[in-house]
Amino acid sequence: MSFDYQKYQSAFGNAGVGNHQFLVLFAIFLAVCAIMYVAVILFLVGGLLRRRRAGEANVVESGRHLRSDPLMRTGLIAWGAVVGIGLVALAIASFITDRLDAQAAAQPKLTITVTGNQWWWDVQYNASDPSKTLRTANEIHVPLGIPTRIILRSNDVIHSFWVPSLAGKEDLIPGRETDITIVPQRAVIFRGQCAEFCGVQHAHMALVVDVDPYPEFVNWWQRELRPAAAPTNPLVLAGYRVATQRQCASCHTIAGTPAGGNVGPDLTHFASRRSIAAGMMPMSEGNLYGWVADPQSIKPGTKMPTIGLEPDELHAVVAYLETLK
Amino acid sequence: MTPYDPRADEQRLARERKKIVRDGPDLTGARLATRLERAWNRPPGLLGWLATVDHKEIGRRYIVTALIFLALGGALALVMRLQLARPDQDLVGAARFNELFTMHGSTMMFLFAVPVMEGVAVYLIPLMLGTRSTAFPRLNAFSYYMYLFGGLMLWGAFVLNVGPDIGWFAYTPLSGPQFSPGKRADVWAQMITFTEISALAAAVVLVATILKCRAPGMTLARMPLYAWAMLVVAVMIIFSMPAVALASSMLISDRLVGTNFFNAWEHGDNLLWQHLFWFFGHPEVYIIFLPATGFVSVIVETFCRRPVFAYPVVVLALISTGILAFGLWVHHMFATGLPRVGYSFYTAASMTVAIPTGLQIFCWLATMWDGRPRLQVPMLYVIGFIVTFVIGGLSGVIIASVPLDLELHDTYFIVAHFHYVLIGGAVFPLLGALTYWFPKITGRMMDDTLGKIGFWMIFLGFQLAFFPMHFAGLLGMPRRVYTYPAGLGLELPNLLSTIGAFVVGASVVLFVVNALWSYFRGVPAPDNPWGASSLEWAVSSPPPVYNFQHIPVVESRTPLWDEPDELPVVTGLRVDEKEMLMTTVVAAAPDLREPVPLPSLWPLISAIATGVLFISSIFSPWAVAVGAIPAAIALTAWFWPKELKRHPEPVLS
Repeated sequence: MSFDYQKYQSAFGNAGVGNHQFLVLFAIFLAVCAIMYVAVILFLVGGLLRRRRAGEANVVESGRHLRSDPLMRTGLIAWGAVVGIGLVALAIASFITDRLDAQAAAQPKLTITVTGNQWWWDVQYNASDPSKTLRTANEIHVPLGIPTRIILRSNDVIHSFWVPSLAGKEDLIPGRETDITIVPQRAVIFRGQCAEFCGVQHAHMALVVDVDPYPEFVNWWQRELRPAAAPTNPLVLAGYRVATQRQCASCHTIAGTPAGGNVGPDLTHFASRRSIAAGMMPMSEGNLYGWVADPQSIKPGTKMPTIGLEPDELHAVVAYLETLK
Repeated sequence: MTPYDPRADEQRLARERKKIVRDGPDLTGARLATRLERAWNRPPGLLGWLATVDHKEIGRRYIVTALIFLALGGALALVMRLQLARPDQDLVGAARFNELFTMHGSTMMFLFAVPVMEGVAVYLIPLMLGTRSTAFPRLNAFSYYMYLFGGLMLWGAFVLNVGPDIGWFAYTPLSGPQFSPGKRADVWAQMITFTEISALAAAVVLVATILKCRAPGMTLARMPLYAWAMLVVAVMIIFSMPAVALASSMLISDRLVGTNFFNAWEHGDNLLWQHLFWFFGHPEVYIIFLPATGFVSVIVETFCRRPVFAYPVVVLALISTGILAFGLWVHHMFATGLPRVGYSFYTAASMTVAIPTGLQIFCWLATMWDGRPRLQVPMLYVIGFIVTFVIGGLSGVIIASVPLDLELHDTYFIVAHFHYVLIGGAVFPLLGALTYWFPKITGRMMDDTLGKIGFWMIFLGFQLAFFPMHFAGLLGMPRRVYTYPAGLGLELPNLLSTIGAFVVGASVVLFVVNALWSYFRGVPAPDNPWGASSLEWAVSSPPPVYNFQHIPVVESRTPLWDEPDELPVVTGLRVDEKEMLMTTVVAAAPDLREPVPLPSLWPLISAIATGVLFISSIFSPWAVAVGAIPAAIALTAWFWPKELKRHPEPVLS
């Protein structure tokens, strides 16, 4: 299951209301444009073949050349009319689709705040009861068929939130608040990616969207609300100490432990996520070793420093992180 | 100082009047040519070369420099395509890749596309309009030097590893002081300053030349369509460049003195940058495209052996495109969360621009239908242009729609779209135009066989490189990523694009080989090798330094077709000094005889002083104050009034 999300980053995914409207409208535009294109090419080929057969290659039209074929004049007016009508029709179709999108997004049942950072996504689930508020990163769980409003903010530069199979994109702009509403229609795991150039690691700012049936979504939320698992064996305990007492804690939060940094992704349920480093690598022990040992050589420029852990510290931290389910 | 004596002054003027030599029935042919050459030739040697104000020399330098930048920008594109040929590659790192696409975009837009169009115009427009020089020839020289220095600064910085890495659009706050420390973003912003000054200067030169220097009788309604296109373009430059000048100055002051225009944490606004940038950036696309439509109109006319169908419609299409281009910029910002009703307006406006373009295409096709098309190399490029550009135009209609653009924005679909528009719409006609005017510029024909091979290579290679990008975008590939993961289905389109890009690269090399070979060994060209209708083909190939021995009189839109034996001329311009004829704006009735400036080093010195000011202001705000002094001195010397005495004769006719 861990790699599945890699297959679903296509605008042909047809898995959300927004993307579905896109595909319908795209088909309409494509059909109209194809007809126009064929008309142009036929006219071009016709024009090239018509007089070449006459063989009088170098003769210039005589007189003051202001005479033009009446057929062509009528054609020009007709062409202008056809182009105009076609464009008006397409504009109306586009307008209607835009309103349908707006309607589908009108009554969201769930609100998530996604904050862009160089180069990861901070995710917060808002609830009227503060104890139910939830923070995670780089992986979003949304309920199937329920309009979910995603509020978009940025902590640094402009990013763009884009999960092609579900809906179009929307920018995350510092100093502004934007939003996009998604209505997922298939319970699959999707990949999304930052679509606005945001610096060195723009290419590695992906996210995972897990669409679950509503009951499963509620269960997931409940699980995520729990604090991090307590260490159960000496190796994990050693890892817990490294994670809470070394540099890690100054950036990362692990709920239920002294680690309460606010700069990097929340790690409370890190091991239950599907990817490491904002969708860059699937979650696996090997990838985790590489990432913790030397993030700068895997994702050069990332804000996570290479801190030079001793081998036994590395073993311990990885063992601890793997318990954070 | 002797006191002013009106009688002595009259006598002096009478003596001087007697010495004046004019062209006319008594002075014509070889004797006239010698006199004109003596007046118009610039001093020999390096200093003379640097001081030249001859529009043909400046135009040639513009074209050659721009083509060198095209080659450099293209080489960067090939490196990027190698990096993207396969998934998860690390041939060039992320940071270097960002520099590559920034340099590629900035070079192609600011150092190739706009300057090459200006350069061709600076070369051709005076010849096409039947005059001896551009208006403001020294400003023209200044424009070229500013462009050259801007380009050298950008590429020098790139070679020294301080090249910009913020994208050609330099969105804030990524380009601001907080997220781009160092000097990379400043280099980009100052390159903008150089090129915008250069473009504005060239635009002023072109507007004045087209409106005031046309041959007598060449009313606005008889002007070649290429001149119309350049008139619209030059006016567009004058209206659009100030927006980016403002934006880049604000960015520089944010970075240099901490003004916080774009700092959201201090109540600056990042969308302000986008509005200003795209208010320039969208018209920029038409500034590149409309000159190409001018090339197409000229080539279609010559190779179909009849004037372009519905001239007034083409002119009105050019003008309306030029106006509409300023009402579309928000379609670059559909994903920024502006009000939806506003978006609907920009959707409609963006689609509207397809109407004038569609009408122009109809007019060209109708000209082919009604004429006798000859499939020589320039005409092949026009056909390639129509087949390719229309795809780009139609994909432009697709992304004008908000719901469609929200999926396609900032993906490879957009990369495909604008390369179809810019390469298909501007580079193909440009290559056709270079082939077409090569004999006029160099005196030799380009090789036909190599030209045809080159056309088919670039045409097919282009489709292979850019058509798959539509699919890459739809399959979820964003722009400006240095790599992409395996498994998303992006492997095949990217591999095809890379192969196609190298075919395009080879075809450009072939074009250069053909141009060089033809320059030295090509068949010598007659005055009018293609049997064309416009005035530049009335002079020898290459044209003499003074362009026309006698200024022609124009009585139709196609003078050389209507007066195949000898053009009617006006005479009476001075030939002992550089002088040109000014005509009225609309009717082109003779208006003034205007002395033409002599070669001068001051434009070069002013450009150097201004360049030093710009480059040193990257490092210190004080450079603006200190550097203004030499620039002011140079400009004062340049504009120092030279003739305080009365002119020997009234210049009003």
